[in-house]
Amino acid sequence: MVPKDLIFTKEHEWVQIEGDIATVGITHYAQGELGDIVFIELPETGEDVAQGESIGTIEAVKAVTDLFAPLSGEIVEINDALDGTPEIINQDPYGDGWMVRIKIADKSETENLLTAEQYKELIGE
Amino acid sequence: MTTKIIEPTLFEKSRPGLTGASLPPSDVPPAETSDIPEKLLRKGNIGLPELAEVQVMRHYVRLSNLNHHVEKGFYPLGSCTMKYNPKANEDAAGLPGFTHTHPVMAEETSYGTIELMAQLGEMLCEISGHNHYTLQPAAGAHGELTGLLMIRAYHEKNGNPRKNIIIPDSSHGTNPASIVFAGYEPVEIKSTERGTIDLAALEAALSEDTAALMVTNPNTLGLFEKDIVKVCEMAHAVGAQMYMDGANLNAMMGYVRPADLGFDVAHFNLHKTFSTPHGGGGPGSGPLSVADHLEPFLPRPVVRRDENGEPIFDFDRPDSIGKMQGFYGNFLVMVKAWLYLRMLGTDGVKEVTEWAILNANYLLSRLVGHYNLQYKDTPLHEFVIDSTNLKQFGIRNVDVAKRLLDHGFHAPTMSFPLIVPEALMTEPTETESKASLDSFADAMIEIAREARENPEILHSAPTQTPIGRLDEGKAARLKILRWPIPDEI
Repeated sequence: MVPKDLIFTKEHEWVQIEGDIATVGITHYAQGELGDIVFIELPETGEDVAQGESIGTIEAVKAVTDLFAPLSGEIVEINDALDGTPEIINQDPYGDGWMVRIKIADKSETENLLTAEQYKELIGE
Repeated sequence: MTTKIIEPTLFEKSRPGLTGASLPPSDVPPAETSDIPEKLLRKGNIGLPELAEVQVMRHYVRLSNLNHHVEKGFYPLGSCTMKYNPKANEDAAGLPGFTHTHPVMAEETSYGTIELMAQLGEMLCEISGHNHYTLQPAAGAHGELTGLLMIRAYHEKNGNPRKNIIIPDSSHGTNPASIVFAGYEPVEIKSTERGTIDLAALEAALSEDTAALMVTNPNTLGLFEKDIVKVCEMAHAVGAQMYMDGANLNAMMGYVRPADLGFDVAHFNLHKTFSTPHGGGGPGSGPLSVADHLEPFLPRPVVRRDENGEPIFDFDRPDSIGKMQGFYGNFLVMVKAWLYLRMLGTDGVKEVTEWAILNANYLLSRLVGHYNLQYKDTPLHEFVIDSTNLKQFGIRNVDVAKRLLDHGFHAPTMSFPLIVPEALMTEPTETESKASLDSFADAMIEIAREARENPEILHSAPTQTPIGRLDEGKAARLKILRWPIPDEI
């Protein structure tokens, strides 16, 4: 359930890098732990964010948690489809459930992130 | 499968012309002029349901049968102290001398009510070790906000309101909410491997910007904060105030006084520890007791005794944070708590604590081995087991909780505290018999067996309740809060 081509944060975000754009979402494991997601709050496009900074809120049946920026940069796109139908995140966390796209400011920050193997170890899979 | 009985709403049962009372025509002429703008005046019928008294009575009795409540079955909801509420409380609160009192009556005509408030406040102070109190807050979280606003007023009086308030990562969700409401930034510190406050983490978080620490003791794992005296000393050394969340007071009243530990403010949940009803059967009540230096900031009016020992309302409070609730708080709830304490007496209060702790530890001893226990220290009045050992069979805590409903039990508090995955936080209270604890333990053990042998039963539970498994996500996303249901839904 952990795609090999993605990188991860300890806070259970996944990151897919294409050129200088990072697509970000939460992992299958994270959505399972949270349970049914009922509401999300995402940043505005154009906002500058720093690695590790809280950039949004995910409210689920079991808990409310922050969405953290896995990399520094500018928010260039948010997934509007999640507004009103946040359950997409539960149904397809690595696909249609993506949350934001960040224009990466500093690619060397990816060194702070986890490989799929390391993330699997973190969640005990 | 049981028959699904869904009770229609009173609006659906309404028939034009039905009535529960025959009233004479009004002899008060309608007002000719009004200051209310025309556009805000109601034009049509108010739309209340029309029913006979017997229909209304049957409706509510049926609803109470469909529901689970502490008068129907065991309700081990952790940190909520769902103890049985003695019926004598209701008798006392129903006495005409109390029910026919109006809050704007002159003090000299409502002496008994003020005397009762004074006595209740004094008894609560005896339990907490403080000398001053307010009975105004209407719930636990309201008490938290009141206490934090007093702490802010205290710091402001000293020239600097400060910036943040520290909470452990096991704290109740209301704590950070109250902190933000009071204009502070919550700072969370990690617990130790044993589940208590980490002194090194605390040391690192404390500064001259720290306005206070909010601590629940025993904490939400049911563990007594063994270093609490040291914690209070460290906080006081930088001028921070110590706030005790009293949600778990049922584990220490009569034995440990918050003031002796170093707490400057403590709150009480009359609807938990002092046997008054929760929620819909409430309302709640969350009095506070405070140390001498916070006394000037108490909400106005303060109930106190004059030089002759007579109880009075003191409105002359220049440093007060103001009023926190209409009039004096939820008075009839205070009557119930007063009677409860008078029935128990000093020895009875201690016995409540003893039995609450014994019941929790007996129940835990029966469940260990069947469920996982992350924090191993001996708990007090509640414990947090979890269902991570059943995850390999595809079972989550929600499945255990829903299956318990089929056995006639309410579930423990689920998924809290957040530091325990798949948490089942269980608080039996002192009012349950050994037989009741045993039947709950038997059901829990049976459910663990089903999880291993036939997990599908748990996934489809509950099947014995009027309504089966709810779509909780949809219920939270799609809030229908009015009747009739709007067409677009």
